[in-house]
Formats: sequence, structure tokens, C-alpha cells
Amino acid sequence: MRVAIESKSFGGDEILKDISLTLEPGSFTVLTGPSGCGKTTLLRILAGLDTDWRGHIEGAEHLAYVFQEPRLLPWRNLLDNIRLAAEPAGHGAEAAAALATVGLEGYEDAFPGTLSMGMARRAGLARALAVKPAVLLMDEPFVSLDEAAAGQLRELTLDLWRKIRPSVLMVTHNLAEAAAMADRVLVLSGRPAVIAADLSLDRPRDRRDSGWVRDFSGRLRETVGNGAVPADPGSL
Amino acid sequence: MPGLVTVPASLLALVLLWALLAVFTDPEILPPPLAVLALAAEEWHSGDLLFHLGATLGRVLTAFILAMAIGAAIGIALGLSGKANRAFDPWLIVALNIPALVTIVLCYLWFGLTEVAAIAAVAVNKIPNVAVTLREGARALDRELAEMARLYRFGPAATLRHVILPQLAPFMTAAARSGIALIWKIVLVVELLGRSNGVGFQIHLYFQLFDIGRIFVYAIAFILVMQAVELGILQPWERHASRWRRV
Repeated sequence: MRVAIESKSFGGDEILKDISLTLEPGSFTVLTGPSGCGKTTLLRILAGLDTDWRGHIEGAEHLAYVFQEPRLLPWRNLLDNIRLAAEPAGHGAEAAAALATVGLEGYEDAFPGTLSMGMARRAGLARALAVKPAVLLMDEPFVSLDEAAAGQLRELTLDLWRKIRPSVLMVTHNLAEAAAMADRVLVLSGRPAVIAADLSLDRPRDRRDSGWVRDFSGRLRETVGNGAVPADPGSL
Repeated sequence: MPGLVTVPASLLALVLLWALLAVFTDPEILPPPLAVLALAAEEWHSGDLLFHLGATLGRVLTAFILAMAIGAAIGIALGLSGKANRAFDPWLIVALNIPALVTIVLCYLWFGLTEVAAIAAVAVNKIPNVAVTLREGARALDRELAEMARLYRFGPAATLRHVILPQLAPFMTAAARSGIALIWKIVLVVELLGRSNGVGFQIHLYFQLFDIGRIFVYAIAFILVMQAVELGILQPWERHASRWRRV
């Protein structure tokens, strides 16, 4: 997927400027930066949810989005929630299998209101993967979970990413999370925001121990500057 | 479930109070419950009761379906478009304030004493109420879920069925509730003024004959029919539509 944003404004306020970005197939990119700098706006542009901007985009078909809130239909059970999203992509029959891959077998008939936040997030992930996307956009998919649940969901996300291999672009404030998961980190910053840093992480994930994660997220925090959530590598 | 005990008990008390009042009143003015029951049996056996109930019920259902469909379409359009709402909101306020009797009389004058005029008059009375209720529903539609549906390419049919209509269901129920209650009362007036069958026509007939017993028969029979619609159709549907809320 390739995007070149010349300019994006809200009202008279220019938010994004001259952002050019290519997501390699099968890569895991993390996008971070100070609060309110335009990360979610960038994600929404890539998803086609925001069309009021100047520039061009290609390879934006077959994408899926894991929203910050799971955005499940509360009046449909889990299986229907997944199936409704997977059907237009031609994968409706595999909805139950998608639920099973995130550990939600047996919950096909459950309504979203009966689930914990962690389970609802899993369902959101199952829905995104059920469409077999080429590009998976994720907007802070692990916030407001307790650390144990967030850790499990991070592992699950990486496992499924290795199996299905979409290009992932994940927004997060959590720099330790970025250090542990990404193979590329983009820092968005400034007003209008530009890509202030583009870092490659070659170190295999199984060798990213807590000391390394602390060092790397410390360097990231200097780049990001104010507004970033302090890294907590001990919890990863 | 306490409702199962108290509702029949409460209704029984009402009938007993009626019986008690009837003891002290001229039976021509307030016939006792058992006398009304006997009259009802008579009307039933002659076939009159069923015939006129059927005629009225047919008008109620036709007008109800028309009013709900047209009112919902107008309300949803106004709720989704701020421009349309600003343009037509004053029309809606005018429509809400036209007395039912004026609509009925005008429909009969313009279209003649016909079935079409009768049903149109009733539907036109109810359309503004439905539109106002559904407008609120359309304003409250969840934008985040709409985006989700767009992102996953639900398409218009699935979006309507699985995203929009479930959100409008409580508003549809509210409109249906108040709609059916209002419509059947207006239908009686329409029948009284310009039809030659139906409960309203019978009540008018027995009004002229000063037959209070039979007026009771038709009024109570129709109240029972409308309660059966409420308990047998509206409430089960509402339970089905809101089953996901019971956590």
C-alpha cells in the first residue's frame, strides 16, 4: 500500500502535510507520536473513512480496521457480527473459524454486551482477520485492557499476523509496545504533522528482552517528545 | 410476575364497580355487565359484531401500515438531512396541529364518501406523529457503526437491515404503540361521519336509537381487540427486537 498526502486540514487548520508512506507486504509498522498529532486521522485516510484531503493513494483495497472501541453490533450475536463483515469479502462461511482463532469458540451466540472488554477486542480482531485483509489498520487496539489481557492480545495479534501476513499499521501511544512488536516505527509529530522519524527494527522479536525494550523505547521517547505515555517494559 | 395477579384483579374490580353503580341506576342509562354480555352474545350470533369489527379492524390496519411507512420515510429523511429538516420542520408543525376532524371532513369533501378518503384521512392524521418520532431515531443513529459498516462493505441492504433498523426499532415501537391507539379512535370518527359499516357506524346507529347497551357492546369489543393486538403482536415483537439488551 502506498499513500502520498499533500495536505489534510480540519477547518483552516492544517493537520498533516507531505506525508509519503509505503507499507511493504507482510510488514508490521507501528505509528506513534504525541496525542492529537493526527495519527488516527492518518489511519482514517488510509481506510477511506476520511476522503476530504489532497493527495493520492493506491493499494487500499482488501483492508480491515481494528477500531479503538470494538464497534460490534450490539443487537447481533458474535457469529453474525463476524459473518456480516466477512460475507462481502467472500469469507462468510469461515466466520466461526475466525472466532475460534481468537479463542472465542463457544461464544458464537453471545451478544457483545455480555462480553468483557478483552473478549470484545478479540472479536474485533477476529472480524478484521476474517476478511483476509492485505492491509490491517489498528487504532490503539490494546488500550483500557489490564496488562495481562493486553499482553495476551499482543501475543495473539503477532501470532495471527505471522500466519496471515497482512501489512499491519498500528497506532499506539505505548512505546514499549511499539518496541516489542514493530519491525518499523514511524513517529508522527509537529503541526502540521510530518513523519519525524522512520526507524527499522531488525532485532528478532524473541531477542527483545525487557532491557532492550527499555533502551529502545527510551530512545523513541526522546524522538516523540512530549505527550508520549511513559514506557513500562517490565510489564511486557 | 406480579402483573399476572394484579391486572385481572384490577379489571375485575372495575367490572364490579360498574355492576354496583348499575344497581342504583336506570338500566336504560347504565346497563349492568351481565345484560351487556347477553347483548354481545346476540350481536355475535347475528354476525353483526364480527362483520363490523372486521370492517373497522381492516381500516385500522390499512391506515396504520400506510402511516407507519410514509411517516417513517419522511422522519428518517428529515433526521438524516439537516437541510431538509430546516426546510420542512415548519410544515410538520402545521401538520401536527391540524385537528383530526378537519382532515376527515376535507378528505370526504375532496374525495367523496369513499373507502379511500376514509383511510387517507386516518393515515394523514397519524403521519406527522410517526415522522417526528422516527426523526429523533434517525438523529440518534450511531456514526461509528455506520463507518464500520462502510469499511467492511456491508452494502445498502445489509446496512439497513443489520445496522440502521435495529437502532430505529425502539422508535418504531413507540410510534406503533401511540399510532395504533390514536388510529383506532380516529377510524371510529371516520366511520361515524361517512361509512355505512364498522364499529363507529354501529355506535352512531345506536346513539340515534338511544341503545346504550349496544354502544357498550361495540366499544368494549373493540377495546378487547386492540388489547389483543398489543399483547399478541406488539409486545412479542418488542421482546424479540430487544432480546440483545437482556444481559
